[in-house]
Amino acid sequence: MWPMIETGAWVLSGLFALHMLWDWYKTDSTYSEEVLTSSREGEIEAMTEQHKL
Amino acid sequence: MANTDITSKSMDGMGPHGTKVGLLRVLGPAHVWALGVGIVLVGEYMGWNFAVGKGGAYAALIACWFAGILYSCVAMIDSEVTSTVAAAGGQYTQAKHIVGPLMAFNVGLYLVFAYTMLEAGNAITLGYLISVAADMTGATEAIDQKPFIILSIVFLAWLNYRGVLATLTFNLIITAFAFVAILVLFVASAPWSEGTMLAHADLMSGQAALPYGWLGVLAAMHFGLWFYLGIEGTTQAAEEVRSPARSLPFGTLAGIMTLLIAATLTWYICVGYLPWEYLGDGVNGAVAPLFSAAQLTGSDALIVILGFGTLFATLASANGCINDASRAWFSMGRDHYLPQWFGAVHPVYRTPYRSIMFLVPIALIFALGAPLDQVITFSILSGLLGYTFMPINVILFRRKWPLDTIKRGYVHPFHPIPAITLIALCAITYFAVFLGYGTQLIAMVTFYIVVSLWFHFWRYRFVKRADQFTMPWPKPRGY
Repeated sequence: MWPMIETGAWVLSGLFALHMLWDWYKTDSTYSEEVLTSSREGEIEAMTEQHKL
Repeated sequence: MANTDITSKSMDGMGPHGTKVGLLRVLGPAHVWALGVGIVLVGEYMGWNFAVGKGGAYAALIACWFAGILYSCVAMIDSEVTSTVAAAGGQYTQAKHIVGPLMAFNVGLYLVFAYTMLEAGNAITLGYLISVAADMTGATEAIDQKPFIILSIVFLAWLNYRGVLATLTFNLIITAFAFVAILVLFVASAPWSEGTMLAHADLMSGQAALPYGWLGVLAAMHFGLWFYLGIEGTTQAAEEVRSPARSLPFGTLAGIMTLLIAATLTWYICVGYLPWEYLGDGVNGAVAPLFSAAQLTGSDALIVILGFGTLFATLASANGCINDASRAWFSMGRDHYLPQWFGAVHPVYRTPYRSIMFLVPIALIFALGAPLDQVITFSILSGLLGYTFMPINVILFRRKWPLDTIKRGYVHPFHPIPAITLIALCAITYFAVFLGYGTQLIAMVTFYIVVSLWFHFWRYRFVKRADQFTMPWPKPRGY
């Protein structure tokens, strides 16, 4: 039984890795770099507060 | 805008600086708890017992409680600062705003190293656990651990890639199971009953009490950290919780309380079942002491529950480590401390997908190519360097922005006593680490000095200095 489980672990590892790589390629080729790296720190804070007590 | 504050639950969304794709605010306090406790709880299942080997059962208890004080200070300090600096990156972002860029760069690296090494250590452990399960189920040949080590890292990376809500909900379920398993073992051991199998009086008397004296207590401090190492990771969820000012302190403080209970119960159960010589040998003796204790009870149900508890605690820790290391790496990329390419967010899953993917091969290299004790030591040392930064950070924070200038989600009590306590305990722990792992400590400090020089003389020229300070705080006092 364990040799089969070992093989299953190799196969699943490959499938998860391939899925991530495929999605990564698809995402990077669909969206511009400007959109993907547009995240800026502190957006919510800038919108919701000015720290006036 | 002026009438709202950080505790607002009604305002959210992409903001004025041009964010088109950002991390998703979907988490609650329970997820924060699951992130913090999930990373740590594996330390209750294995690793802490090396403290027993260093100084005996009482030394491990003293180390457990001293480390508990250290981490209570960490949790309180972190809760106050991060309820105000509610952005991914946790302590890295705090350092950037409060201390300065060089400190921030170092803290960012401490975080990434601590979590990636811990993830690798967890994967190695998981491979070992599977091999034990194979032995127990009658496997005739030793199994190859590699596919299970690789599967654990790749599967959890895939889960993290697909979204933070599913990732931390998964962590919540398996962490809660692992914690309840410890409670079940304690209740099943019935220490209040005359028929209990716990034998503290026999196992802890005479020479077994403190076999190496007070020097053993000092040496045990190093592994006392293992009971709590990683609780500070809750701050990495700051940009993904719905209400940072409420959820982060609540989740973090509930987390440290959970760990104090789990650590004390774990110690109590294990030293009551196992002789200190066996318990303290985490390599050839009690590799997973709670599981060993369950085996001694003779109950099949307890063996299964604690077996799954060990497995789940290991998985939860690796899962939380991937989450935290990727957020720290992502934040450094977003600020140009590293190539901006790492600062990308997945437009559908809203996760830092490139940072998650980038750290997978690094974790695999350490998991497949480095010995477990070295991997764990580098994780502890990086964590310890991070804890040393925290008291400096909070003292500067209170001095530059006193309580009447910035509204906090949580204000930690008795300042500066927790900061002073934390720095004193860090100093003791450095000495303890130096006794056992002096070469690694020097090597690690040398490494951070070299990368600091690289950052100062080369990398910092790429940082957009005005862009990195994003919090709408007033000018610091004295500036």
